[in-house]
Amino acid sequence: MSQLSSNNETMKEGKDRYKAGVLPYKKMGYWQPDYQPKDTDLLAMFRITPQPGSDPEEVAAAVAGESSTATWTVVWTDRLTACELYRAKAYRVDQVPNTGEGTKTEAQYFAYIAYELDLFEGGSIANLTASIIGNVFGMKAVKALRLEDMRIPVAYLKTFQGPATGVIVERERLDKFGRPLLGATTKPKLGLSGRNYGRVVYEGLKGGLDFMKDDENINSQAFMHWRDRFLYCMDAVNKASAATGEVKGHYLNVTAGTMEEMYRRAEFAKELGSVIIMIDLVIGYTAIQSMALWARQNDMILHLHRAGNSTYSRQKNHGMNFRVICKWMRMAGVDHIHAGTVVGKLEGDPAMIKGFYDTLLDDHTPQNLEHGLFFEQDWASLNKCMPVASGGIHAGQMHQLLTYLGDDVVLQFGGGTIGHPQGIQAGAVANRVALEAMVLARNEGRDIWNEGPQILQDAAKWCGPLRAAIDTWKDISFNYESTDTADFVPTATTSF
Amino acid sequence: MMTNPNGIVTQGQFSFLPPLTDVQITAQIKYALGKGWALSVEYTDDPHPRNTYWEMFGAPMFDLKDPAGILMEINNCRKTFPNYYIRVMAFSSVRGVESPTMCYIVNRPKNEPGFGLVRQETNGRNIRYTIHSYATDKPEGERY
Repeated sequence: MSQLSSNNETMKEGKDRYKAGVLPYKKMGYWQPDYQPKDTDLLAMFRITPQPGSDPEEVAAAVAGESSTATWTVVWTDRLTACELYRAKAYRVDQVPNTGEGTKTEAQYFAYIAYELDLFEGGSIANLTASIIGNVFGMKAVKALRLEDMRIPVAYLKTFQGPATGVIVERERLDKFGRPLLGATTKPKLGLSGRNYGRVVYEGLKGGLDFMKDDENINSQAFMHWRDRFLYCMDAVNKASAATGEVKGHYLNVTAGTMEEMYRRAEFAKELGSVIIMIDLVIGYTAIQSMALWARQNDMILHLHRAGNSTYSRQKNHGMNFRVICKWMRMAGVDHIHAGTVVGKLEGDPAMIKGFYDTLLDDHTPQNLEHGLFFEQDWASLNKCMPVASGGIHAGQMHQLLTYLGDDVVLQFGGGTIGHPQGIQAGAVANRVALEAMVLARNEGRDIWNEGPQILQDAAKWCGPLRAAIDTWKDISFNYESTDTADFVPTATTSF
Repeated sequence: MMTNPNGIVTQGQFSFLPPLTDVQITAQIKYALGKGWALSVEYTDDPHPRNTYWEMFGAPMFDLKDPAGILMEINNCRKTFPNYYIRVMAFSSVRGVESPTMCYIVNRPKNEPGFGLVRQETNGRNIRYTIHSYATDKPEGERY
């Protein structure tokens, strides 16, 4: 690239700096290796794959420049502004371990960039993302680019509502403590009439699940219009609640083509007494924030399905890491988000998923490179967001699920409930018994990771539905290598 | 009679398991104490799913750290209210939680009549639902 030069010092402010023409980004002030980030700065870390022969520091500076104030050429109008403040500063570039010469992967670099808080409008994920991921992913200077992590300053977090309900209040409203919640997605996800659909919901809830759920693409189709679904599902929810004495819920998906229509559906859900509604990630950041405000105003739990995320979060060299989506969604204000199962059918490395869960649930997350957390993050008392584990999980994995995912999670057994050989209620019983037996054993101090299968076998002696579930799915596991894995692995260190 | 698979009210952490023995309850108490949580015993004769405030069998035992002492309180409550629902709760005072962290039933009435669902037809096909606890047809204290 012509912009590369061996003299990369930032040019001093003044006449020469603003001479018309093109300057390397580094010389324009976007590379400042001595910069000490302020507590109020927003920090971002990108994985950069530069074009062959490019200087990684210059490419990092280009990312900083194009995601803040820069354009491709010098403009004198910078001098009308406090431009040094507004320039994002790339302050650190590290080569990614196990990339570059002698490895199978071309050289990649972690670039750390600091942004002045005044660059961003308060309370707007749209504005934040328009800067950070607005233009830079298409720049020719980068072959590939991935946003790996962000540190959001407390001052900026305080401009966001955060989860409408939060884990603590959700549990208080549902009157369910000390164990993961249980759910299931209604299957088949497409084609059931409202009446038939409500049957599945009733059976699952009466059998022992806390929640049933619409799937991401159940909105209002020819085979079942939304009002029918809402009416039948709420009959099922209330009937199951009376049959068990427990608070029950069904995530009514209000996703629609316009905000007006989503509000209309949400209002109807409220009128019918639903405790929870659902939206899909594909509705967009602003729509999500609007629905979160509505949910806070109307005592509603807000479930988010991460539909579409894998189009940009799965591949390691380009797009953005899911942990960043977790951060943005906690800020945007959803109460539930699908965040992986480790053991199920969808992508998920255990260490990475631990990082997602901590991001959603902790008051404060320390830096933890093995979990992919590049920055310490203080959550400034923003509510906690409940992770949801869904996709290819069954009762026989309960010890693994509880060990990996802990108590604050919704375990969603869709096929694992509805596909039970003795019926949907039996499927729900199997899951609930497996869960309660495992929580009891863990609290008693037993080593559930190793004794888990025996604990399940013992419960199956008195619980026929659990026996049948274990026999049906005993050999099912999804052992594929993850694509999104940690770049840092723990190594033994020698101390002297 | 309730028609769910267990035939009982299934609130709490362990209602799908066989009734907990005193040994099992003691293990759960130890777990809670190990986490620094305060334990409390509550009872009711109205198990409606939204009846949040069961009666307290004394305040939460913030200063009692002896599992045997806490089990004794549970058994005192069982002796006093043998035909009531009794639950053990744990409370965390940690910032960011400050809420119940455990809840499990340790005593039930002999017969659990459960709940009826009252459907009030309103506009169009809309229905307003009321979950009605059969036991509350009788006055407090005379229900089970």
